[in-house]
Amino acid sequence: MSVRSTAAAVRAGERSALSVVEEHLAAIDAHEDEIHAFNLVLADESLARAEELDRRIADGGDPGPLAGVPVALKDNLCTRGIDTTCGSRILEGWRPPYDATAVERLAEAGAVVIGKTNCDEFAMGSSTENSAFGPTLNPLDTSRVPGGSSGGSAAAVAAGFAPLALGSDTGGSIRQPAALCGTVGVKPTYGRVSRYGLVAFGSSLDQIGPFAATVEDAALLLEVIGGHDPRDSTSIPEASPDLLGVLGQGVEGLRIGIITELMGGPDRAASVEGIADDVRARVEQAAEALATAGATVEHASVPSTIYGLSAYYLIAPAEASSNLARFDGVRFGLRVDGDTAPEMNTATRTAGFGDEVKRRIMLGTYALSAGYYDAYYGRSQKVRTLIQRDFARAYETFDLLLSPTAPTTAFPVGERTDDPMMMYLADVCTIPSNLAGHPSMSVPFGTGDDGLPVGVQVLAPALDEATMFRAAAVLEGAAP
Amino acid sequence: MSDQALIPGWEVVIGLEVHAELATVTKMFSSALNRFGGEPNTNIDPVSLGLPGSLPVLNEKAVELAIRVGLALECVIQPSVFSRKNYFYPDMPKDFQISQYDLPINGVGSLELPDGRRIGIERAHLEEDTGKSTHVGGGGRIHEAGHSLIDYNRAGVPLIEIVSAPDMRCAEDARAYVSELRAILVAIGASDGKMEEGSMRVDCNVSVRREGTAGLGTRCEVKNINSLRSLGRAIEYEARRQVDLIESGDKVEQQTRHWNEDDGRTHKLRSKEEAYDYRYFPEPDLVPVEPSDEWIAEIRAALPMLPRERRRRLADAAGVEPSDTALTVERGMDDLAVDAIAAGADAARVLVHIANNLADGVGKLTAAPFAALVAMETGGDLTATQAKSVLADLVASGGDPATHASTHGFEAMDTSELEALVDRFIAEHPDDWAGFVGGDDKERKKKAGFFVGQVMKATRGQADGRIVNELLARRSAEA
Repeated sequence: MSVRSTAAAVRAGERSALSVVEEHLAAIDAHEDEIHAFNLVLADESLARAEELDRRIADGGDPGPLAGVPVALKDNLCTRGIDTTCGSRILEGWRPPYDATAVERLAEAGAVVIGKTNCDEFAMGSSTENSAFGPTLNPLDTSRVPGGSSGGSAAAVAAGFAPLALGSDTGGSIRQPAALCGTVGVKPTYGRVSRYGLVAFGSSLDQIGPFAATVEDAALLLEVIGGHDPRDSTSIPEASPDLLGVLGQGVEGLRIGIITELMGGPDRAASVEGIADDVRARVEQAAEALATAGATVEHASVPSTIYGLSAYYLIAPAEASSNLARFDGVRFGLRVDGDTAPEMNTATRTAGFGDEVKRRIMLGTYALSAGYYDAYYGRSQKVRTLIQRDFARAYETFDLLLSPTAPTTAFPVGERTDDPMMMYLADVCTIPSNLAGHPSMSVPFGTGDDGLPVGVQVLAPALDEATMFRAAAVLEGAAP
Repeated sequence: MSDQALIPGWEVVIGLEVHAELATVTKMFSSALNRFGGEPNTNIDPVSLGLPGSLPVLNEKAVELAIRVGLALECVIQPSVFSRKNYFYPDMPKDFQISQYDLPINGVGSLELPDGRRIGIERAHLEEDTGKSTHVGGGGRIHEAGHSLIDYNRAGVPLIEIVSAPDMRCAEDARAYVSELRAILVAIGASDGKMEEGSMRVDCNVSVRREGTAGLGTRCEVKNINSLRSLGRAIEYEARRQVDLIESGDKVEQQTRHWNEDDGRTHKLRSKEEAYDYRYFPEPDLVPVEPSDEWIAEIRAALPMLPRERRRRLADAAGVEPSDTALTVERGMDDLAVDAIAAGADAARVLVHIANNLADGVGKLTAAPFAALVAMETGGDLTATQAKSVLADLVASGGDPATHASTHGFEAMDTSELEALVDRFIAEHPDDWAGFVGGDDKERKKKAGFFVGQVMKATRGQADGRIVNELLARRSAEA
């Protein structure tokens, strides 16, 4: 049942919000132990919320387009009075005094927050193995990772714990786990969804976005959370886009380019490495499906995307090193005592942060240091400008671009935990959209040789989520 | 001033960094109140506490006030960018300060001192203030304190940092610069300029060089200066310290130093090697500030008159040099003076009364009665002493000077009455009169004083000394 029809039934009083929530809590009860999608399940709160919604409906009220629909929130989204850990010991027990804008908008639309999902600590990782509270496992094969960093949100949707979830995407943290778990995952245009209340990782890259089982459900969720917010200075001053209205418009006449540099393969010297053959085959098959539906599909070159990963691993850690400075033991979260304030800061951060977070803080601090700034941070900003320019050129010829979402299907738990570079490569196809600030989304399209899902990434120019969703809907319909 | 060297053979070079809190209603990046003196941690919100997930939103009023400052200091107003200045400190909520680095809102400008000299301004940029720590126990020193308390009410209050060129050469210059800057900030409503409440803070860069040399010496930055008096003392101490070092064969090390009001010395805080690497980078949570030409023009049009313009206006009205009007403008009495002069009062008497008799304020005094009073004085109806007394009445209760004068019995004496008295005393004191008529200048002055004194005594001070002197001179010419 689609989210739209569930909400419609609840709004019409044909189905109670309570029964919807109970059904999902039952699914959580049955399988959460195997998956560990959540850091916190809000069973009592979501039941109380459902009852309140049912009373409002009984009194003739209309809670909105997500009436009674359970939504799982990544644990780096601030929720008033509810633990928000970011998967880190340093924030264990911290309860924000306010809701993120996206969370407020969910509440205004009648949604029910069912829990806070596990993630890599401070969203730093591609497998959800970096959480201080233990890894999340892939519901389709628990020997595999769900991807990350929003692995808990992807797993929650894939396991049927919630029809919708929110994640955050700094370098692929929504799209990559969506691909690995076989769900739809969307990174909107930078500034489309307010970042107010999202605990920052890389501020110039972070974007909140939806997970859903279908393209239509994802469109509905993005419509609800999108739109201008005066509390975020980088929020785009435009209303949320109409997506549901364009989903059925097809791709007839659209020009779609397959990004050569992100396809790999022996005959493509200018490509990134590590794109698995079975993944590439699915993307080529998806391209054919779009052509069959009336689009013109060709190869497209976005040359500087091959430098995206390197630039990203300077820019994101640089911003993170500054964003994470506030976790100093003074005002909130963990405090480990010391004889002086600096000693207390050091003891707190040493005990509170995990290895990957420390690694990135050190990387970022180094990249911004006097004497190194130009060579690292400065140069990576130039690469970012090049990537933006190359995308702009490609969009002179194409309406949309296409690539794999992740180089491989879900990899085994533990395979890459000792090899950060291998782990970082999982985001090689998703990072360019973050650097450009453009929207892109992952749509499930068949499986790899191992029977696990493959995601195809649809990329669009800034603010053109509508055309992107049209192509996603076609791919969803044509998926093998 | 600068022609009088503090240390013979040496020149002191001074540049100042002044931080002024901007007089906005709310903070720089949030809607928490910008208010001095509240209960600790009452004017706070998620943004001023730097809570995870909070984001800054720029206060447009702070930008407007910064542009006012830029216009008043004749700075280049330019598109600007906020940057993060990263360092750990408990009273800084995010452990970085949002400031402006390579692209400040106000570029080069200058400030005109009352004596007409110009001090260069290098930049005037926006940034946010920090909270305040109180160290409990150990006499308030951080290293000995048992624990520290932090008040974040001040965190996020908008500041403008005004950086001067190293154009000052003595403590007096520095004090004049700071008072003029303060007067400008107050005049344009940008800040209340209260050094004692910390809403205006001065850091001072001092270096020394041998007179006649051109290069700059190694500088030290002196912090914790809380008054104009401390500023002068700190500069003089620091300059002597540096000269002593060089003269004894040592070198001045580039340092940040702390002024201690109690022992009257500066103390080393950290050397250049120990300086923080602030790792500045553009603040990704804010967008560049690009004020439109129209907005800048609007702000310019709404600017009130600046102190230098007030000095010039009064100087033109009074026919004196602008520097002679500094005190009147500083006391905020230039409107009164200009209006009194326009009403016909003698400009010199107006300025003298303001300088000598209005130090405690104008009270209920307004321009028309002030002008009338000065006219009575210059017209001979009141003596200087009487005028001062009537002026005090006008300050205390307003009203009309003639009424106050008659209440005191300050009736102008008829010249014929005075003539009779003068003639009587000439007749009664022939020897003194002979001394007046035939004596040298000194003798003549002495005897004039004698006769004026006699007349004053007889009239209980109501006679006008100037007229008595005139009568004596006329009789002497007749003799």
